[in-house]
Amino acid sequence: MNDRRPLLALSEARIKQFLREPGSLFWTFVFPLLITVALGIAFRTQGPPRSRVAVVADGPDGATAASLIAATLGDGAGLDVQVVAPAEAARRLRTGDVVLAVEPTGPPGPGHPVVYRYDPTRPDAIAVRRLVDDRLQRHAGRGDPIRTRDETAVAQGARYIDWLIPGLLGMQLLNGQMWGTSFNIVNSRVRKALKRLAATPMRRGDYLLSFRMSGLIFVPLQMLVLFVFAHLTFGVTNHGSTLAAVLLALLGSWSFAGLGLLCASRAQNSETANGLINVVTLPMMVLSGVFFSSSRFPSVLQPAIRLLPLSAFNEAMRAIVNDGASIFSQGFPIAVLAVWALVTAVVAVKLFRWT
Amino acid sequence: MDAAIQIEGLVKAYPDVVAVDGLDLEVRRGECFGLLGPNGAGKTTTVEILEGLTPATSGKVEVLGRSWDRDADELRARIGVALQETKLFDRLTVEETLRLFRSFYTGRKPLEVEALLDEMQLGEKRSAWVMKLSGGQRQRLAVALGLIGDPEVLFLDEPTTGLDPQSRRALWDTITTLRERGKTVVITTHYMDEAERLCDRVAIVDHGKRIALGTPNELIDRLGGHHLVELATEPALAAEALASVRGVRTVRPSGDGFVLSIDEPHVALPALVARLGERGVRPTRLVSRTATLDDVFLSLTGRTLRED
Repeated sequence: MNDRRPLLALSEARIKQFLREPGSLFWTFVFPLLITVALGIAFRTQGPPRSRVAVVADGPDGATAASLIAATLGDGAGLDVQVVAPAEAARRLRTGDVVLAVEPTGPPGPGHPVVYRYDPTRPDAIAVRRLVDDRLQRHAGRGDPIRTRDETAVAQGARYIDWLIPGLLGMQLLNGQMWGTSFNIVNSRVRKALKRLAATPMRRGDYLLSFRMSGLIFVPLQMLVLFVFAHLTFGVTNHGSTLAAVLLALLGSWSFAGLGLLCASRAQNSETANGLINVVTLPMMVLSGVFFSSSRFPSVLQPAIRLLPLSAFNEAMRAIVNDGASIFSQGFPIAVLAVWALVTAVVAVKLFRWT
Repeated sequence: MDAAIQIEGLVKAYPDVVAVDGLDLEVRRGECFGLLGPNGAGKTTTVEILEGLTPATSGKVEVLGRSWDRDADELRARIGVALQETKLFDRLTVEETLRLFRSFYTGRKPLEVEALLDEMQLGEKRSAWVMKLSGGQRQRLAVALGLIGDPEVLFLDEPTTGLDPQSRRALWDTITTLRERGKTVVITTHYMDEAERLCDRVAIVDHGKRIALGTPNELIDRLGGHHLVELATEPALAAEALASVRGVRTVRPSGDGFVLSIDEPHVALPALVARLGERGVRPTRLVSRTATLDDVFLSLTGRTLRED
C-alpha cells in the first residue's frame, strides 16, 4: 500500500514506540518539571534576606547586657536576633544556624569589649559582622560625616531560577538523549532485533539516523513544556529568539545522542552501557554549570570545561535565553557542539556492533 | 546456475571452540534443505555465515552465486531470514512491524502486507502489539518478516522450537506451501520428524562437521533397513545369534539388549521369534517400528539428537 522511505519508517516506528512506553513519557516530560519545582522552591526569592544572629547571655549580669544589645540590634531590618546561653550559641554557630555570635563581656561601653564570633570564610558572616558593629557603634553615639542614599532594583532575568532553567534543559536533554538512545540500542541488541535488522537491506546509517529524527519532534516539545511551566510558575522569560533556542537545543541533543550512541555501540548488556553513561554524564553535571556556575572551578580547568558538550550548551543557551544574545554571537559553543555531534556519530558507526 | 548455496571447507573458529570444522554443502535451487543436528552442532553458526551476519574464518561460501565479501547489499535484498528466537519491537503492532521491514526492500518488489497477513494467519492480530503475541504467532510473524522481501532463499533457524504441537503443524504447512511454490528454503532443526516431513534433503552435522547427506529416505536406507526391532531377552543372547536370522541386516547393542535393522518385517519377525524359541529365551522387550533420522544419528554417533 503506502511505500515509505526507510528512514521515515524507522523514525515513525521510534516515535510510536516512545509514545507507547509510559516510563519514557514520565522521565522525559514529568520528571524534569518535578526537579524544576523542587529547585524553584528551594531557591525562591523571599524579599530582602534576613541574617540570624545569636547574642550570648552568660549569667544574670550577662543577661542584662545581652538583652540591651538585642534590643539595639532588633531595631533595624535585616537581622533576626536571638538571646541564648553560651553553649547553645556555640552549637548554632557550628551548625550554621546563626552566622554570628555577639558576646558582651559586661555592660556595653569602653571598659567591656564586645566579642564577635564568626567564620571569616563565610562572606555573609563578614557582612553581618559589619552591620551589627555599625548598629552598636551608632547607637552608642558614633556619627556619620557623609550623607548617603540607597537606590536598589532587582534585575530581570538575573534570579537564580532564571539562570537555572537553561541549565536544567541541558541536563534534561543530556540525560534523556543518552539514556534513551543507549537503552534502546542495547535492549535491541540483547533481544537480537539489531541482528535481525542487519539481515535486511536496511541502510545501517538510516537506523542510527532515526534516533536523531525522532529528536526533531521531542526536543522542541520538551523545551516547550519546561519553558511554559517555568514561565507560569516562576515568571522565567526567554529574552532571546525562540528559533535560536530551538535550533541550539536540537544541535545539543544531537551531540548528546551521539555520546549515547557511542556508549551503546559495543555494549553487550545494559550494565556496561549504564556504567559508561554515568562516567560521561556525572562529571558534566558537576563541571558544566547546571546547578552552580562552572566559574567556581580553577581557571586552569576553564578551557577544558568549555569544551564539554554540556558546558557549551549551557553557555550558549544562557546567553540566548537570559541575555537575549544572537545565536551568531555563540560561534565557539556552537562549534564545540557540532564537533561533538559529528565525531561521536562517526566513531560510533565505526565501532557499532549489530550482533 | 543450479546451486542456490555452495559451501566448501567452511571453518568458523572462536577463541575457545571450533564451531564449524570444514563443512562442505550444496543446496539446490527450489529445494528445502535441512541442517539437522543436536544443540551446539554448529547449525546456527553455519546459517548465520550464510546470512552474512557472521564472517567465516576460512572456506568458500557462495549464496545465489554471490559472495558476502563483494555483494553484501545485493544478497541482503535477495534472501529472507528468521533467526532463532528473535524478540522484535514490543510496542509495535504486527502490521507496523511488517510495514517497517517492507520499507527496507526499496529496489525490489516486496510482497503486499495484506496478502502476507492473510497467508500467515495474522490478520486477526494485525493491530496487536508484538509483546502480546503467543509463541506461535510470534514465530509466524518472524517467518512473515523473512518473506516480506519476496526472497529467493529463505533461512529458518529452529522455526518450531518451543511451539505447541498445533502451532508446529501450522508452520509446517506454511513451509510446505513455500517449497511447492519453488522457493529455496534452508531450515535448521534438531527435530528429526520436522526434517523428515519438510526437507527434500538433509545434512546431519555434529561437532561442526557433516556426518551424513542425502534425502531422509536415503539416510534411513543406509541404516540397512527401514524397520527396526528393539529386542531384549532373558537370558541374554549373543549378537551373532541374532545376526544370522533371515532378513536381519545389522545388529547394534543398545542398553540391556539390541536394535536390529530389518528389511521386510513379514519375513524377519517370524524368523526372529522362531530363533528365540530355538534358543529357549524369553523376550522382555520386543518392539518393531519404522526407522527415523534419529536412528540415523544414533547409529552414526552413538548419541541421540536430544542429548545435550
